[in-house]
Amino acid sequence: MNGYLGVDIGSISTKAVVIDDNKKIIASSYIWTEGNPIKAVKKVLNNIKEQLEDKNICIIGVGTTGSARKLIGTMIGANSIKNEITAHAIGTLSLHKNVRTIIEIGGQDSKIILLEDGIVTDYAMNTLCAAGTGSFLSSQSKRLGVNVEDFGTIALESKHPTNVAARCTVFAESDLVHKIQMGYKKEDIIAGLCYSVASNYLNNVAKGKKIKSPIIFQGGVSKNIGVKKAFEQILKEKIITDENGHLMGALGSAILSMNNKLKEPFSFKISDSNFETNAQECNKCPNHCEIIIVKKDGKKLDAWGNRCDNGKIAT
Amino acid sequence: MKKIISFPHIGQYYHPIKKFVKRTTNIKTIESPFITKKTIELGSKYSPDSACVPFKYNLGNYIETLENGANILLQAGGGCRYRYYAEVQETILKDLGYDFKFIQIIGKDHLRINEIFNIFKELNPKLSKIYFIHELLSTLLYIKYLDDIDELIRHRIGFEVYKNSFIKLKNDFLNELDNTGGIFKLTYLYMKYEHKLKKIKIKKPKNTLKVGIIGELYTAMEPFCTYELEKMLAQYNIEIKRFTNLTYLLWKKALLRPYIKRKTKKYCKYTLGADGLDNVYRVLWLKKHNYDGIIHTKPTGCTPEIGAIPIIMRAASDNKMPIIFLSFDEQTSSEGMKTRIEAFYDLLNTRKEKIK
Repeated sequence: MNGYLGVDIGSISTKAVVIDDNKKIIASSYIWTEGNPIKAVKKVLNNIKEQLEDKNICIIGVGTTGSARKLIGTMIGANSIKNEITAHAIGTLSLHKNVRTIIEIGGQDSKIILLEDGIVTDYAMNTLCAAGTGSFLSSQSKRLGVNVEDFGTIALESKHPTNVAARCTVFAESDLVHKIQMGYKKEDIIAGLCYSVASNYLNNVAKGKKIKSPIIFQGGVSKNIGVKKAFEQILKEKIITDENGHLMGALGSAILSMNNKLKEPFSFKISDSNFETNAQECNKCPNHCEIIIVKKDGKKLDAWGNRCDNGKIAT
Repeated sequence: MKKIISFPHIGQYYHPIKKFVKRTTNIKTIESPFITKKTIELGSKYSPDSACVPFKYNLGNYIETLENGANILLQAGGGCRYRYYAEVQETILKDLGYDFKFIQIIGKDHLRINEIFNIFKELNPKLSKIYFIHELLSTLLYIKYLDDIDELIRHRIGFEVYKNSFIKLKNDFLNELDNTGGIFKLTYLYMKYEHKLKKIKIKKPKNTLKVGIIGELYTAMEPFCTYELEKMLAQYNIEIKRFTNLTYLLWKKALLRPYIKRKTKKYCKYTLGADGLDNVYRVLWLKKHNYDGIIHTKPTGCTPEIGAIPIIMRAASDNKMPIIFLSFDEQTSSEGMKTRIEAFYDLLNTRKEKIK
């Protein structure tokens, strides 16, 4: 049977899925990137390999997405390297055909995608600030001594959510400290934080956009029921979350790879190879472009980062 | 001390500006070194953090050209914070200890030829008015031809058969125009190159994507500032329409204003400052001419454009035009921009296929 692999390498987590010809997920893996995308991808590939061991599946297409899509795409020989927005839209559309709004909050970025009749009509990403993303929540959970995974359930216990200043990460944090010292209950503060994530998102990322239902909420933060509830309260609409919500990017890139006509069999042996990246400064003009060179077992695979042809590195 | 005049960069306009200054003043004229990362590092180091990014590029240009020996600096001005650039930049550079003369050519809203003539007369006492006007006209014509050639190239460059054929032609064109004095010779050369350009082989599919670039003037005209947005679009085989160029700003804008005001009546009661109103009009224009999408660029914190954006959004959604807004400053990452452009390209492509 044919299979397609999709890998989504985000700033915080790395996700991978394998789908069959009917776009059904047959294997998936979800781990922390921990600042090392190459290692994370090797781990994810080993995970997938174990899950596929007793099935007879031949992977003939690989797609990558996420912030490390180019590096990993070069590394594992992907036939589709696509941005997160397209990948998420395609992944979500394969499960929910009539979706109108996708709210996605990940580790470091958040985005909104608006669709109509199955095509993307508008999108936006957060630009300047990481307030209201997953990394903000996880750093605050450490301060409160709570596991970030338990955030949602604790938030639901609260009856009077505290108002937390949400405009900026740094100010939210100092406001939070202030509220702790004032003696507010922990669950109220946590519920307030969830509320602030939602309102920050709607004021910054979704600024000026018309949010229409059905609304689907994805990304790591969608696992937090507190934030989901906050969105429902503010928007007064039903919010749909999916148990596979965190895998949509990976699913989308697997589908994109399936749609690509150029296909090549993929072997899991690639995770045994040794990959290295090298940063090198080009000194041919005062611009000093930083050129990244990817090496596989000591052999140059690809290089990028040069702004003009003078800095080109032959591979 | 030998006098050397210099000025900051904006796109390729250093060609006509340098020619004009050199020929009217008879003083050695050099352009600033080309913008690199070092330019913007220098510029942002000595600028107020909240200044818009063109200010920082300009300041970086000045510092680099002062290091190269320039001692007379030129600056223009416009209808927004640009008007304060000259004074603030002069003060910053003087505080840094440089010794130079700073001249602001256009200080007010309107171009007054007499005022400009007096400035140049001071630099070159032998300058006659007739010669000055001749040079001014020939420079305006040069700028117009440069913009016209650019416009033609923008429609074609995404589809060239042989790589760099348009850039090569343009370089030859600039080279010849730089060394030509008379107005008639300029026109002749333009016609010659226009003819040549139209003969360059292109492979243009029938149903190509067409995108309009609107927004603030510096990000529109200086490719370095936007990580060569137009080049990136050309790589996606997109035909580009860009409105802002020097010709437009120098005289077309004023001529078109009453017309634009009438056309945008539905959205604006007053003008918005800088190019705000023009950008609202451009949305309607692009819709009328069947363009597929709009890209709006501005430096972070550009006040007139921030005022115009909600109106532009409204006009775009009324007309069902996909639009994205890009903000640039010295910290913008090129990767983030590439992601947004790539997604925009996918959006336009699927949309077009669906409609077909």
